[in-house]
Amino acid sequence: MSELTRLTADQAAQAIAAGQTSSVELTRALLDRIDAVDGAVNAFLHVDTDGALAAAEAADAQRAAGDATYLTGVPIAVKDVFTTIGQPTTCGSRILEGWLPPYDATVVAKLRAAGLPILGKTNMDEFAMGSSTEHSAYGPTRNPWDLARIPGGSGGGSAAAVAAFEAPLALGTDTGGSIRQPGALTGTVGVKPTYGGVSRYGLVAMASSLDQAGPVTRTVLDAALLHEVIGGHDPLDSTSIDAPVPAVVAAARRADVKGLRIGLVRELQGEGCESAVQARFDEAVQLLTEAGAEVVEVSCPSFVHGIAAYYLVMPSEASSNLARFDAMRYGLRVAPEGVNDPSAEQVMAATRDAGFGDEVKRRIILGTYALSSGYYDAYYGSAQKVRTLIARDFAAAFDQVDLLVSPTSPVTAWPLGEKSDDPLAMYLADVATIPANLAGVPGLSLPIGLAPVANGASGAADALPVGMQFLAPATADDRLYNAAAALEALLEDRWGGPLLDRAPTLEGAAR
Amino acid sequence: MSSGISRADVEHLAGLARIELSDAELDRLAADLPAILEHVATVQECVSRQADDDVPAMSHPLPVDNVFRPDEVRPCLSPEDALAGAPASDQQRFLVPKILGED
Repeated sequence: MSELTRLTADQAAQAIAAGQTSSVELTRALLDRIDAVDGAVNAFLHVDTDGALAAAEAADAQRAAGDATYLTGVPIAVKDVFTTIGQPTTCGSRILEGWLPPYDATVVAKLRAAGLPILGKTNMDEFAMGSSTEHSAYGPTRNPWDLARIPGGSGGGSAAAVAAFEAPLALGTDTGGSIRQPGALTGTVGVKPTYGGVSRYGLVAMASSLDQAGPVTRTVLDAALLHEVIGGHDPLDSTSIDAPVPAVVAAARRADVKGLRIGLVRELQGEGCESAVQARFDEAVQLLTEAGAEVVEVSCPSFVHGIAAYYLVMPSEASSNLARFDAMRYGLRVAPEGVNDPSAEQVMAATRDAGFGDEVKRRIILGTYALSSGYYDAYYGSAQKVRTLIARDFAAAFDQVDLLVSPTSPVTAWPLGEKSDDPLAMYLADVATIPANLAGVPGLSLPIGLAPVANGASGAADALPVGMQFLAPATADDRLYNAAAALEALLEDRWGGPLLDRAPTLEGAAR
Repeated sequence: MSSGISRADVEHLAGLARIELSDAELDRLAADLPAILEHVATVQECVSRQADDDVPAMSHPLPVDNVFRPDEVRPCLSPEDALAGAPASDQQRFLVPKILGED
């Protein structure tokens, strides 16, 4: 593997700026790496070799002309939920197979304007519905730490691409943890910004009041650099926050937790957490304490009801959002079998059956049920009240502390197929990440070590990554970066390098 | 409230959602949904246990105001771009199956 592919985005930007390499050289190295390992990882649904190289040439010209941004020339992978001119956007679904959107998402337009070559589109659970990337219509993505295991989801493709050194940067989206949980399970950094902090225009909607785009990277600083490129007000998104992007890069460079008040969320640790996950978490908390943070336990009693509220709010919004896939204006159109001269309604129903996978159907039916007259108040109405209670828990906690922390996921990456037959078991794994989406606050997952795999468990790895989640008040995203960068430095000091140095190189991985 | 949901209920909901489910899919969903509904129904207990018996509903994480922009002509998709992904089109229009029955 070329050493270029091991560079962080920050290192790559500096190397390009110093003339030690070029965007074309770096992009070519990453495309070669994708060619070598992605047959085994399946992080990408589409690789845009020609487009990426053309953009890299343009980036090098931009550098030569002296009008480059900091990340100009550093390639990126984009989750297949963002619309991209010239590249298909499928959301991991058959219903959008081969669809070429006629416009760019705002964040994609920002990447292009900043000169970041787009390597391709990454795999995901269909319409971002899932926690394992097994619900993609185009086959699961595999965890680079152990190809027999899931990389988390829904953004398993973006996380795996970054973890497998196929890209230094990726874009994800997080509706209930789809950036942070794959980050934890692949040993990468994932950030869900404050709701409204990054434009949703051109992001194919699952649950509009929860969806948020954010960075997927290998370091905290890289995430901050990408956050500054994609963040900010967008007149095309009416829920976009009309205020400057928090100073996340400065915060990541500050990396100092002295005097910071950090709250451990009592309800998100201990019982239900794998013991090795809890052990890594406790060690990380100890490091933060030694570095001068003031750590206290706080209680957020309504968080435990987050999953129940989420699995009402999200399917309700999704059932409405996915009504747009009607076989009339774009996407798949299937004629019902054995019907002569079918009506639009029959074509629609046949297409949605053929085009949507099981999990999407399950959530549409669940949402349709929750919104039915007679059930609306009991289900959707109560869920909205729980949302208020969770927001109140956050408000009370942030009266006492600057930041909250918890394990990102109570478990490490599980073997492919293990939870496929039990949707509720899969839902319950998102307990720690969902409250942030319901309340709109920002969250970040940082790799904090490896948990040994139980003897006799299937799979190749003997240890798997664990993540710590940081949560901050709305619009205080900079606090996440400051604290996470501090802990990252302390951990790498202890480890003698980044955690991903210990991941398999995947060299010779079967195509 | 009972979270019982029958196979016939699932079939009715699928009709409302315009999804023509196969028999096998109906069987599977009718088997999966009760456990999920039983779990999500706990939101009611959570709300009823609150001392505050008038918890406001939250539909959105941010206070949302209507957002206006100047009413002026801006560039938009060309008819060709708008129709580029259409399963069928004719004379710059989306071509759709019949929307009315025979009788």
